Amino acid sequence: MPDLAASFANEGTEAIMNKKRVVITGLGVATPVGIGIDETFDALVEKKSGVRRIEAFDPSSFASQVGGEIHELNVGDFIFKKYKRLAKVMARDIELAVAAAYLAIRDGGLKSKCLVERGEADAVNIDSTRFGANIGAGLICADLSELAEALSKAAENPEDRGNRRFSLSKWGEAMRNLTPLWLLKFLPNMLACHVTIVHDCQAPSNTITCGEASSHLAIGEAFRTIQRGAADICICGGAESKINPMALLRPALWGRMATNRNDAPAQACRPFDSDRGGMVVGEGGGLLILEEYEHAKARGAKIYGEVCGFGASQNNSNWFKPQADGRALRIAAEKAMADAGVKTDEIDVLNPFGVGTREHDAGEAAAIRTMFGARTSQIPVIATKGAIGNNGAGSGAIDIAVVVKAMERGVAPPSLNTDTLDPDCDINVIRNDPIDLRAKTALTFAGAMSGGQTGALVIRRIES
Amino acid sequence: MSRRVVVTGIGWITPLGHDIEQTWRRVLNGESGVSPTMIFDAKTFPTTFSSQVKDFDLKKYLSPEEYEEHKSVSRQAGFAVAAAKMAWKNAGLDQFGALDRTHAGIYLGGGEGPLDFGNFAKAAIEGWDYETNHLDSKRWAEVAAACLHAETEAEQDPNMAAGHISTLFGLEGPSFNTLTACAASTQAIGEATNMIRYGDADVMISGGCHSMIHPLGVTGFNLLTALSNRNDSPTTASRPFDRTRDGFVLGEGAGMLILEELSHAQKRGATILAEIVGYGSTADAFRITDIHEDARGGIAAMRMAIQDAGVSLTDIDYISAHGTGTAENDKIETKAIRGVFGDHAPNVPISSVKSMMGHLIAAAGACELITCILAIRDQVLPPTTNYENPDPLCDLDYIPNQKREANVRTCLSNSFGFGGQNDTLVIRSFE
Repeated sequence: MPDLAASFANEGTEAIMNKKRVVITGLGVATPVGIGIDETFDALVEKKSGVRRIEAFDPSSFASQVGGEIHELNVGDFIFKKYKRLAKVMARDIELAVAAAYLAIRDGGLKSKCLVERGEADAVNIDSTRFGANIGAGLICADLSELAEALSKAAENPEDRGNRRFSLSKWGEAMRNLTPLWLLKFLPNMLACHVTIVHDCQAPSNTITCGEASSHLAIGEAFRTIQRGAADICICGGAESKINPMALLRPALWGRMATNRNDAPAQACRPFDSDRGGMVVGEGGGLLILEEYEHAKARGAKIYGEVCGFGASQNNSNWFKPQADGRALRIAAEKAMADAGVKTDEIDVLNPFGVGTREHDAGEAAAIRTMFGARTSQIPVIATKGAIGNNGAGSGAIDIAVVVKAMERGVAPPSLNTDTLDPDCDINVIRNDPIDLRAKTALTFAGAMSGGQTGALVIRRIES
Repeated sequence: MSRRVVVTGIGWITPLGHDIEQTWRRVLNGESGVSPTMIFDAKTFPTTFSSQVKDFDLKKYLSPEEYEEHKSVSRQAGFAVAAAKMAWKNAGLDQFGALDRTHAGIYLGGGEGPLDFGNFAKAAIEGWDYETNHLDSKRWAEVAAACLHAETEAEQDPNMAAGHISTLFGLEGPSFNTLTACAASTQAIGEATNMIRYGDADVMISGGCHSMIHPLGVTGFNLLTALSNRNDSPTTASRPFDRTRDGFVLGEGAGMLILEELSHAQKRGATILAEIVGYGSTADAFRITDIHEDARGGIAAMRMAIQDAGVSLTDIDYISAHGTGTAENDKIETKAIRGVFGDHAPNVPISSVKSMMGHLIAAAGACELITCILAIRDQVLPPTTNYENPDPLCDLDYIPNQKREANVRTCLSNSFGFGGQNDTLVIRSFE
């Protein structure tokens, strides 16, 4: 196979004139182990698991019955009083995005409309027309209980369970049991819609729907938007909840779930472990504040790091199965490194997706080994899914926030349940205990399990 | 120097036809694609008609081997695959062996695949406990696991069309799917243009696909009272800018374009259909249901696109309006055009092909941009049909009912989505 790295030697976006530098100035996450980046990071370092038996509904006849659920999240804490009536038209995914957005803006020292309305800031310090949003979203499943209740009104023979039949002709009337705004709870772009209203972001706004790759692609696109000068600030990342019956059932139909540890939830998801048996679902939101470097400096913002390279690609072998050699991941990663102008030997921390299925993890490890060769064993790998599960569109941004925090703190959390590293995944996954981390440049990537879209980012620490 | 982006291929599957010329001929003739809904029995729904793709057969567009590999596609992804094949061939890429596939990608505004409604409803009512009035998720999962199909469920993700098309052509470049409601494919084309301009790719397939003509899709729009209820006269129901308009007509389909870096297209001797010169994208940041009454988001998106294109207002020869036929959209879009064009606004011909095709939701923008390309090719503007009663709040030139010959060099195309998503493209004849 031709050397991919060499073929991207001239990669990059020289065509952007007066290319701007883009830095990360805020981190907002809501995860099963914590609301807020510090809370989440501390829990990961303390090896706490957020994976438990699902409580949102009775999971007892599902193949997998565990998940990374967030138990204490009140969306009212993240919006302003006048907006609270709209909380009732927010699907769970929207709530997670709205929570992550508030946390990111607070963390970034920005004074948005929301903070002013809440009385937490005296005046807005952002130019709304230069403030964009790019938020990854999943296939938002309609709230099954709400929809099932309405559908139940259109059944023939409702009393006779064996002979119940749904009647489309009754549905014309029964649909009125749903709220008039029902559709707007579930459109994927409603995450960005609510966030842009609550914080008044009027610059370019987008919604990327590419499964597990959504966050990386959304952040990559936001990076380009600021690089070429179309916005000063972009709130970007993703959010998704897979803690609902449809999202728990669908991957089980595809044989992707960990099903043999329902009695030991905290051990169910085992990234890169010999005994891994599949993924567990999760829910969460991660949003980053990306900002033009001079803009950030001028307002004295805390700078966590610089986004210095982005690459995207597609699995062209199959839209539903990972490539054994992780080729698409490699193309995205090589492009991101070329775009950043860094060589593989400058990368000193890695963050693959590590979802816990046999094929996906092995493909990611193969991609890493091919790119880093003999150095593979020296580069620490951060993997988070063992503790929080797969929340799809939000996962990537949560991971990136954790990686950025790890570089800042000089400590990296271990991957839960990677007890015996699979020989097929011979990469240096941080296991058992946290490690001291002296890293300057991180490479992170993710691929959509369904669809095959792939994104990679290179992030460099900046000493404040 | 920013790289120039040209269109070298187009393809679409619409309610008016399955190839470029048939749909275009019917648009110019002012024909309607709207009829009573046949995909499912909608007779008790508030709206009983829609603009459906008729007699679609994916086999016609694929080799037997390709068909075997991709036959699991959802309805809308099937439209997308067919339209992409059409565009690929139109661009001559089927005859071009030297394509660098790591620099050829895809950026779609693909909608979610239709829910497997029959089985979904079956599981929902069998899982419903009528005594306690709650969903018995244990029972639901037993029924659902038995009646839902792995493949049908998999094909519902909105990014699956992009996965199928990439696999079909072996693309390994950037691959994105955006779903910003009715603005999605305009946004996709704008972002794909930027990817080529700034060096992320040389060739991009871009466009959109969607079908919401299924029981839950129609339910959602009916509950919002966004659809026309003119059940006694489906073909005159889509009446953008007419005073008696009462909502949009739901359509379905796909539109695909091949976008290419200029020198890449020239080197391989491709026929250049048009150049994408401007893109603007903004958020209203106002309300989840309503457009900002001052049209601030639409104005900002159009201004951004015009500025990006480096053209003056008088250069714009035609506006392909979002023009859905809802009371609010058409009034505020008119206000936005007036806000941007000022006193010149009445001189700019505007039309909405949604009057004939219906509203293709995520696919609308791509199909409308294709009509702009054809307008430039043939020097003729498509009409807004069903325009009978002038509305004082919509007082511009909407090219009523009859196509119009005109000098067409530069066109502007608008798409506005639920949630305040505004996207505008400017396209120009290539010189």
